[in-house]
Amino acid sequence: MYKQDIYTIKENTNIARDVYKMRLEGDTQYITAPGQFINISLEGKYLRRPISVCDKNEGEITIIYKVLGSGTAQMSKMTVGEKLDILTGLGNGFDPDANTKKPLLIGGGVGIPPLFMLAKELIKRGKKPSVVIGCKSSVDVFYVDEFKAIGCDVYTATEDGSMGVKGFVTDAMKENNVEFDYTYACGPIPMLKAIYNASDVSGQYSFEERMGCGFGACMGCTCKTKYGNKRICKDGPVLVKEEIIW
Amino acid sequence: MVDLSVNLCGIKIDNPIIPASGTFGFGEEFKDFYDINILGSFSFKGTTLEPRFGNPTPRIAEAPSGMLNAVGLQNPGVHHVIEHELPRMKEFFHKPVMANISGFGLDEYVECARLLDAQEQVGWLEINISCPNVKHGGMSFGTDPASAAAVTKAVKEVTHKPVFIKLSPNVTDIVSIAKACEEAGADGLSLINTLMGMRLNLRTGKPIIANVTGGLSGPCIFPVALRMVYQVAHAVKIPVIGMGGVSSASDVIEMMLAGATAVQVGAANLVDPFACKKIIEDLPNVMDELNITRLSDIIGGYK
Repeated sequence: MYKQDIYTIKENTNIARDVYKMRLEGDTQYITAPGQFINISLEGKYLRRPISVCDKNEGEITIIYKVLGSGTAQMSKMTVGEKLDILTGLGNGFDPDANTKKPLLIGGGVGIPPLFMLAKELIKRGKKPSVVIGCKSSVDVFYVDEFKAIGCDVYTATEDGSMGVKGFVTDAMKENNVEFDYTYACGPIPMLKAIYNASDVSGQYSFEERMGCGFGACMGCTCKTKYGNKRICKDGPVLVKEEIIW
Repeated sequence: MVDLSVNLCGIKIDNPIIPASGTFGFGEEFKDFYDINILGSFSFKGTTLEPRFGNPTPRIAEAPSGMLNAVGLQNPGVHHVIEHELPRMKEFFHKPVMANISGFGLDEYVECARLLDAQEQVGWLEINISCPNVKHGGMSFGTDPASAAAVTKAVKEVTHKPVFIKLSPNVTDIVSIAKACEEAGADGLSLINTLMGMRLNLRTGKPIIANVTGGLSGPCIFPVALRMVYQVAHAVKIPVIGMGGVSSASDVIEMMLAGATAVQVGAANLVDPFACKKIIEDLPNVMDELNITRLSDIIGGYK
């Protein structure tokens, strides 16, 4: 089920290059799985902006977004106390009950945030997730300490080598001999593809697409899968490895 | 008590609010937001004879006070609609629905119309001859009076239900096409479909939409839509369903004053899933303010 409501900004801080963390006060009951997203209405913009949920606590949602266009730039200038019209409970999200003992969570850039709530859910289920974070440079990296604080082993890769392993997430997986029997991934398509090809283990992959509505009505974000056509917003954004067609 | 009801080709509907095809699926997504039986009706997702995946993504782009889409008629095909969508819809929508049909050839329009005409749930057929996002067919039938008339005539021959022809604004003279459809036997006209538009991504220098062009909808097209509804409604005797950027109860009244018998709401549903519910709830207030007691009295009020 969905919820449309007004949320109040409690925090909106810059945590890495062009990356902001926003905490929103309001109803969280329809956010039922990690990896779901919310759709934010912005003054002067027609379409809502879909942003993945990073964390959810009693009466509070945390999102982390990167300034990529005029909509997110506008968001970055908003201040504590301002209000936003938001649709919540969108998307299928990750299934934290997958059959895995050693889950590996892999995030690239703004693909990192939804893995945080997922890590918490996995830990609740008695699993110890490893996390691999990939960014362009050290100034882009965020949430390493937060993942460590909840008990995850964290590895980083940066393209310029300024932090962690030089290269991509797959390089960090190899060089650190990270053991895993299942992957949860979110990030740009080339990264997802590299992870898909890097191992034989099963996994869940979260995809991004330009959306119209965010709740399955407009067919703006449909992709082909081995299990038929799927709307990234409603039947996704998470697809299981076995159904993906690149 | 104000009276919101209107008569649409012999079928009385509780209010003139009809979500537009392509913005409301088969109703499934919206029934989770509100009871969609409050609607006058809705026009279901444009259906073709064969299933269609549609265009590659990205299919959507932002526009000033609006949006572009190039979905390209993704739909499961008429047989799936009849066997699966309509029976499922029956469980949560209990009013006559408008069947929106698209095609790539005359035979396809005719076959879809024949099959959907036989469905009890279908109140009206809406023939889309104005999709700007598909090659060969779609809009090409709607940009020429002779082919618009040919589709109208062919469809009318196989159906007993009222037939609305959905017109394109991407033409030099929409009135001549409207008149051609009327003469060919159309029971009503729906207008306007989206206006063809385009956006470029400044970082890549390439179009945002994979199809290059898309259809513009949303409040930015409302004045264009209103003008065309006005021109067409005054040139034909058959009812006109007005659409294009309608987002509020006052937009509905404006469309009806310009000549619309009923009004479709499109893009607004996508940015606010409660758009139609809010409009229906707000209409009596706006009517009160304007001293309107029967909504049907104002149709074509501006001559």
